[in-house]
Amino acid sequence: MSEKYHNFIIFAPHSTNDIVNHKHTQKMKILVCISKSPDTTSKIAFTDNNTKFDETGVQYIVNPYDEWYALVRGLELKEAMGGTVTTITVGTAADDPTIRKALAIGADDAVRIDAEAKDAYFVAKQIAEYAKDQGFDLILTGKETIDYNGSQVAGMIAADLDLPFLSLASKLDVAGTTATLELDITGGTKVVKAELPAVVSCAKGMAEQRIPNMRGIMAARTKPLNVVAPAGVEELTSFASYSTPDAKSECKYVDPSNMDELVQLLHNEAKAI
Amino acid sequence: MSVLVYVETTNGKVAKNGFEAVFYGKKVADKFGGDVVAVTSGSADDSALAELGNYGASKVLVNKGLNDADDSQTAKLVQAAADKTGANIIVFSHDLIGKAVAPRVSAALKAGLVSGAIDAPSDENGFTCKVNVFSGKAFGFVNVKTATRIISLLPNSFKPESGGSPAAVEAFDCDCGAARVSVVETKTQDGEIPLPEAELVVSAGRGLKGPENWGMIEDLAKELGAATACSRPVADIGWRPHHEHVGQTGVAIRPNLYIAVGISGAIQHLAGVNGSKVIVVINTDAEAPFFKAADYGVVGDAFEVVPKLVEAVKKFKASNN
Ligand SMILES: Cc1cc2nc3c(=O)[nH]c(=O)nc-3n(C[C@H](O)[C@H](O)[C@H](O)COP(=O)(O)OP(=O)(O)OC[C@H]3O[C@@H](n4cnc5c(N)ncnc54)[C@H](O)[C@@H]3O)c2cc1C
Ligand SMILES: Nc1ncnc2c1ncn2[C@@H]1O[C@H](COP(=O)(O)O)[C@@H](O)[C@H]1O
Repeated sequence: MSEKYHNFIIFAPHSTNDIVNHKHTQKMKILVCISKSPDTTSKIAFTDNNTKFDETGVQYIVNPYDEWYALVRGLELKEAMGGTVTTITVGTAADDPTIRKALAIGADDAVRIDAEAKDAYFVAKQIAEYAKDQGFDLILTGKETIDYNGSQVAGMIAADLDLPFLSLASKLDVAGTTATLELDITGGTKVVKAELPAVVSCAKGMAEQRIPNMRGIMAARTKPLNVVAPAGVEELTSFASYSTPDAKSECKYVDPSNMDELVQLLHNEAKAI
Repeated sequence: MSVLVYVETTNGKVAKNGFEAVFYGKKVADKFGGDVVAVTSGSADDSALAELGNYGASKVLVNKGLNDADDSQTAKLVQAAADKTGANIIVFSHDLIGKAVAPRVSAALKAGLVSGAIDAPSDENGFTCKVNVFSGKAFGFVNVKTATRIISLLPNSFKPESGGSPAAVEAFDCDCGAARVSVVETKTQDGEIPLPEAELVVSAGRGLKGPENWGMIEDLAKELGAATACSRPVADIGWRPHHEHVGQTGVAIRPNLYIAVGISGAIQHLAGVNGSKVIVVINTDAEAPFFKAADYGVVGDAFEVVPKLVEAVKKFKASNN
């Protein structure tokens, strides 16, 4: 991407556990995609003949993958290398409290594309449209939203901007303009390298959750939250309706001294072993 | 008109999810018409690929020159194959590769993507498909509005049955561009069963008191041929490795059997395991919320119950041989 920062010369400090130990390093311009999701303990119910999620009494939080992994790793990289962390959210004014939470954790500024998030394609196109000429080195997303669980947005942003996509990363380091990552694969991990700019979706392992402190919360109130008009994009999919699973049948209890019975039930009745 | 299925191969073999995806592709084709064509890359031998025919593929396209493909190369491969076959439905597995590639193809073709499908699509409103939403706490019916549709199938949703005859394997060379992601190293846990693929899982939580008590969990897993898993706090404190953490923020699994030992059954834990076919809960507290989600429950002390269960499984195996 176009605009690059000057090269800063930072001498490796004596302390070996200091994170900044690159001979020289480049300031990072990072975009973190933040979405809101219902608090993980929310009761899931639907209204309007099962066509709408029932928001009654639902508390919204920052989607945990976005907050714990993408945002915090973005902040750590900024702290180590210098630069900025901007968050971006496609949503309405109702999303502002969750955006402020991300600012309280430490993002420098926020962008909200002022539109109801329709499908993943709509969201990804809005983000790509905003990011395309801004010179971001890294675009970070969560692994998935915990409401619609699509895992779609990040790959679509990468396709639209024609960038490498590192899916489900559990580690991310940057040296110069090269990112080294660990990606989950079936039964293990693989270490890969890619040139920046790149899109990375972040999973567990990336970073540890950070609790915002009072100073962060106060500062968040005055940090810039820029509201941007959406681009004209057609959604490709929509949720026609919802349903909830049938209630589970009663649990069958087995006497703790009779594990032979449990094994027989698992074999003969449940056919699980 | 045809259904195109992307199939992953590793170490010369077709991945388990590949058979599932082709079997599913056949169900889709039976409903919406056309043939099933599978596409893959790499060095699997032709006889391994031809086997996909037994699950419904009429043809397998293979780009042998493309090895260690990254997400954008695989996306280009699938797009080229869709172009060649005139596919209007493209199927992936909703696994690590599918999650990386399906969205790329969707955006490039402007074709609506249903991710994590758990059932075959219906023709209601043109094309509607069932998925899990809210981490398995509900189902959603996604309507796709575009002429080309993409589905990624949630693994373990169907048990593939073989029946057909071997498929024709055809070399398929296409320009997929250069790789921009290079693999430095692959680390797999040898000998262990990968958790997302496991049919049987034994999992334990904070009720086990400390990492030194996991021996009996491993014994039980070994006797059953199961993978091991754990609750989040257990991985966070470092009693168990992070890749074992299941739940809303960890791995989501849907094995045939999930045995939970000393886990309370918090809603965030259930979100990752509620797709399991059979759930067994072992807990000292009869009021533990997990019992509400269980098929079989044992109210008792894990330190007494689990060793007894290990013995019972051994006895069962001996008498079944
Ligand atoms: C946003 C968010 C996301 C989360 N994501 C996840 C997630 O992905 N996965 C996850 O697991 N958790 C997750 N959690 C945490 C979750 O809420 C619970 O805190 C956690 O699952 C509890 O783990 P546990 O059952 O091992 O421990 P505890 O809740 O401490 O339960 C221990 C259980 O062991 C039983 N026990 C004690 N002694 C014995 C004995 N001798 N024999 C048998 N049983 C015994 C107790 O009765 C109790 O039920 C998340 C929380 C939040 C807020
Ligand atoms: N409305 C949104 N605004 C900004 N980012 C989003 C939005 N929806 C999803 N994302 C990002 O995309 C990731 C994957 O979302 P999904 O594809 O919906 O599972 C999330 O973890 C977020 O980082």
